[in-house]
Amino acid sequence: MLALENLSIRMGDFALHADWQAPKGARIAIIGPSGAGKSTLLSLIGGFTAPDTGKVLWQSQDLTRLEPGARPITTLFQDQNLFPHLTIAQNLGLGISPNLRLTKADKERIEGALERTGLAGFGPRKPAQLSGGQQSRAALARALLRDKPVLLLDEPFAALGPALKAEMLGLVSDLADETGAVVLMVTHDPKDAQAFAPLTCLVAGGIAYAPQPTEALLRNPPPELAAYLG
Amino acid sequence: MADRAVTLAAAGLAAAVFLLLLAPLGALGLTFQGFAFSAPELAALRFTLLQATLSAALSVALAVPVARALARRRFMGRSALISILGAPFILPVIVAVLGLLAVFGRAGWFNDALGLLGLPSFSVYGLQGVVLAHVFFNMPLAVRMILHGWQAIPAERFRLAASLGFTPRASLRHIEAPMLREVLPGAGLVILVICLTSFAVALTLGGGPKATTIELAIYQALRFDFDLPTAARLALLQFALCAAAFVVASRVSLPSGFGAGQGRDGGPPSPNGWRKVVDTFAIVLAALFLALPLLAVVLNGLPGLVDLPETVWAAAGRSLAIALASTAISLAAATVLALAAAQGRGWVALAATLPLAASSLVLGTGLFLILQPYFKPASLALPVTMTINAALSLPFAFRILAPEARTLYADYQRLGASLGMGGWAWLRWVVLPRLARVLGFSAGLVAALSMGDLGVIALFAGEGEATLPLLVQRLMGAYRMETAASAALLLVLLSFALFWVFDYGGRRYAGT
Amino acid sequence: MTKTIPAALAFVLLASVAQADTPVLKVLTYDSFTSEWGPGPAVEKAFEAVCGCDLVFSAVGDGAELLARLQLEGANSDASVVLGLDTNLTAQAAATGLFAPHGQAAANDLPAPYADPVFLPYDWGYFAFVYDKTKLTTPPTSFEELAASDLKIVIQDPRSSTPGLGLLLWVKAAYGERAPAIWAALADNIVTVTPGWSEAYGMFTAGEADMVLSYTTSPAYHLIAENDDTKAAAGFAEGHYMQVEVAGKLAHAPQPELADQFLAFMASDAFQSIIPTTNWMYPAHKLADGLPKGFEQMIAPEKSLLMTADEAQAARKPALDEWLTALSR
Repeated sequence: MLALENLSIRMGDFALHADWQAPKGARIAIIGPSGAGKSTLLSLIGGFTAPDTGKVLWQSQDLTRLEPGARPITTLFQDQNLFPHLTIAQNLGLGISPNLRLTKADKERIEGALERTGLAGFGPRKPAQLSGGQQSRAALARALLRDKPVLLLDEPFAALGPALKAEMLGLVSDLADETGAVVLMVTHDPKDAQAFAPLTCLVAGGIAYAPQPTEALLRNPPPELAAYLG
Repeated sequence: MADRAVTLAAAGLAAAVFLLLLAPLGALGLTFQGFAFSAPELAALRFTLLQATLSAALSVALAVPVARALARRRFMGRSALISILGAPFILPVIVAVLGLLAVFGRAGWFNDALGLLGLPSFSVYGLQGVVLAHVFFNMPLAVRMILHGWQAIPAERFRLAASLGFTPRASLRHIEAPMLREVLPGAGLVILVICLTSFAVALTLGGGPKATTIELAIYQALRFDFDLPTAARLALLQFALCAAAFVVASRVSLPSGFGAGQGRDGGPPSPNGWRKVVDTFAIVLAALFLALPLLAVVLNGLPGLVDLPETVWAAAGRSLAIALASTAISLAAATVLALAAAQGRGWVALAATLPLAASSLVLGTGLFLILQPYFKPASLALPVTMTINAALSLPFAFRILAPEARTLYADYQRLGASLGMGGWAWLRWVVLPRLARVLGFSAGLVAALSMGDLGVIALFAGEGEATLPLLVQRLMGAYRMETAASAALLLVLLSFALFWVFDYGGRRYAGT
Repeated sequence: MTKTIPAALAFVLLASVAQADTPVLKVLTYDSFTSEWGPGPAVEKAFEAVCGCDLVFSAVGDGAELLARLQLEGANSDASVVLGLDTNLTAQAAATGLFAPHGQAAANDLPAPYADPVFLPYDWGYFAFVYDKTKLTTPPTSFEELAASDLKIVIQDPRSSTPGLGLLLWVKAAYGERAPAIWAALADNIVTVTPGWSEAYGMFTAGEADMVLSYTTSPAYHLIAENDDTKAAAGFAEGHYMQVEVAGKLAHAPQPELADQFLAFMASDAFQSIIPTTNWMYPAHKLADGLPKGFEQMIAPEKSLLMTADEAQAARKPALDEWLTALSR
């Protein structure tokens, strides 16, 4: 279980507070107006921003003081998910060994992950030689290799077309099923939430509310969400 | 990631740099009593500021069209030309001055040409000569720094501009101007501070005591008056000017915030029409301005190159060893400082700029006073020279690395952290490959500078420890002007070879 | 590899034993004296043949730097002899109290009387303007004629160079009160002022000026070493200022006897005969075989100018101020 205990941060005019849990295997969409703090919430959980108060816990282990890489978490960012000067295989390899000391078995796992994400044979290429969808797949393949129980998606597919995005969400869905990971996904699109996440967390007015069933929330939105959905 | 380790290491390095620069002032007996400047010193201050400001402004202003032309045109010999741009900067001063005189002097080619056209002759002696020489030395450096700025703009931004139908003017305003706003103040600052401490160029081409700089006043205080506190006071004045220029430059400079690209090929578009004419003109003129004095240096030195005395080779070997060691120290320090600066530590940049304003004579004399009770000066000649060369060239390496390190940090720090990449993995797999191009360039520059720099070795060198620049000086002192010209040419060739090997190596490594 | 380390150690030990047996005399001097083209190597060979010692030269830039270095080291210096100061610097050098009287016979063959209890001369020369005979057929015969001509000269800065200081005192010794007027009249002849002798001479040989401040003996180098007779020094009617180069014994000399022996050797023909074709100056003592062929072609000024050390010391500051004022206009 991922728990946010009285987590809060204040930066100038901006403030964010969260105090809730996400059960194992949960898939949660994070929705809310621009600038409300959706990315900041992921950043706090992922360890890129330190909270003023409160804790992030995983299976009752306190993660708050851990470096991002030491947390049982994989984050996919909006962009810059791959190092452009490294090959796809090397980029994936970083998910297994940050020093790129790879055994033969590791290399086979990389091949496996590439195959699993439909990128068989793309290992020796550089990211710039791949399409946007393929780059997203490569990032997902690395997440698969890292095999962390929490996956944070900070709109990594925002730049993709609707069909590609649906395909990626399907892939994430499959991977999450396989690994049983908690997935938190920032999105602008209520349809993504409906398609992918049984639970939705609304971020608005300085508060990240506890996740609620997505269908019910969208059918009966509170005023902040209603204003956002239009 | 090893952010804290980098910051700590940078703090240690910065402290070491400050200590290295300021301890000698203390050793010379710097006091703050009666801290007033005499009339000649104030005149020297005025001239120093005037020539340095003019030289920096002109170098940077002329460098912009040249860098832009190089960024957007592809032609035969382009990469050779970019390499040659490093050459003037690494020439020993007296060699460069004689090269410049062969072109712009009273009996130079330029005046010959003017004479043929029936035009009045041009005198290189005076403020114009000082500025001309400083532009010759420093404009290529500015071109390289600005060119790196152009190359650092992700190709995506230009593609976006093209897709939005940007005219060249709109491109300039929205893409190139913000880059220049970020790069120019730093480039100008470096050149200004280099010119602040100019001595031999300012005097030789200045035409007389009107062209007295602070560095000459320091020289006089140390050499003839043996007035150490005055020398220390003037050296402190140079540091203060450098710090003031630093503050102004950091106020003016704004980060351009382009973000990262995918590392795709392609630079700025190459517009046709009159812009092509302007670009061609800029490249040809700059190439001529830089290449002709170099050609003169080559022509002067070529005849005697075959029968150089044996000692020249030993001195060359010693110079090479010093240069390589200085490069290793300087680059390691500059990389750490650049990474720390990328994390937003502002003091780092000051520590990495101040050495530019150091008077090597004051530095050498102070260190001599500090060390000589414990060591024999001659036994320290090589280590001291290496350390000082490394410290004095640190600002160049830092200035070249810092913007790229900042971009690197902004773009990939989170990704590296999320993957749990430790210090070594980050260095090996991200920093080195991402910075290879600028690491190569700065290593080449530092190596070549350390080859050519007389610095302090003259003060420490005792018996048979002569480096190649010192040997050139000795040859000239013994009337052997032609042999000196050949030894100087050898020095230039070696410096340039070092520069090229590093620069090319870096570009190649970055390209793979 | 394992074999070479003990071998190297043994070598170092042997070398240090050898060093311990032979006393080392360290002489602090200027760069061009010890360079392979200067007198240093030959002097070292000749003295070591008679002294049973190891003569080691330690060199710094030039005469002025020598004095600065000496003051920096103070009593810590491991040198016993300082060689290469000129008489314009000796008052300052003596005032440091670092020198001991040489206690030797002060006789010498200088054209102007020079005797000093602390410093012994080893060579001397006249400052002069050197020109190219093929380009300049009627050289000026005085500062006034030079100033009235449109000839271009390169000189050295008296604030950073010993010849520059020499020229300053030359004009002062020749013209006294009128020195500022001479400088003002020369201002438009001066192409530029260089930090040191090398830059000026280099610019002259590159054709940037008609004349350069150097020595009457400079043409001897071109004549003897390069077989080039186109260079000559212009004789000035007001006389030529002398540069007298001297050596002295340090009070804290680790090897006082060897230092005495060296100073005595300095006056011998063995040392003096090396000077003309290596330092391109006149020896301080007449040579048994006379001067090398070629030196007879050098001009012989009728009048020798030389300030005493104290006069030079006293004249320097006001003369420098006059110079700066006249040329800064």
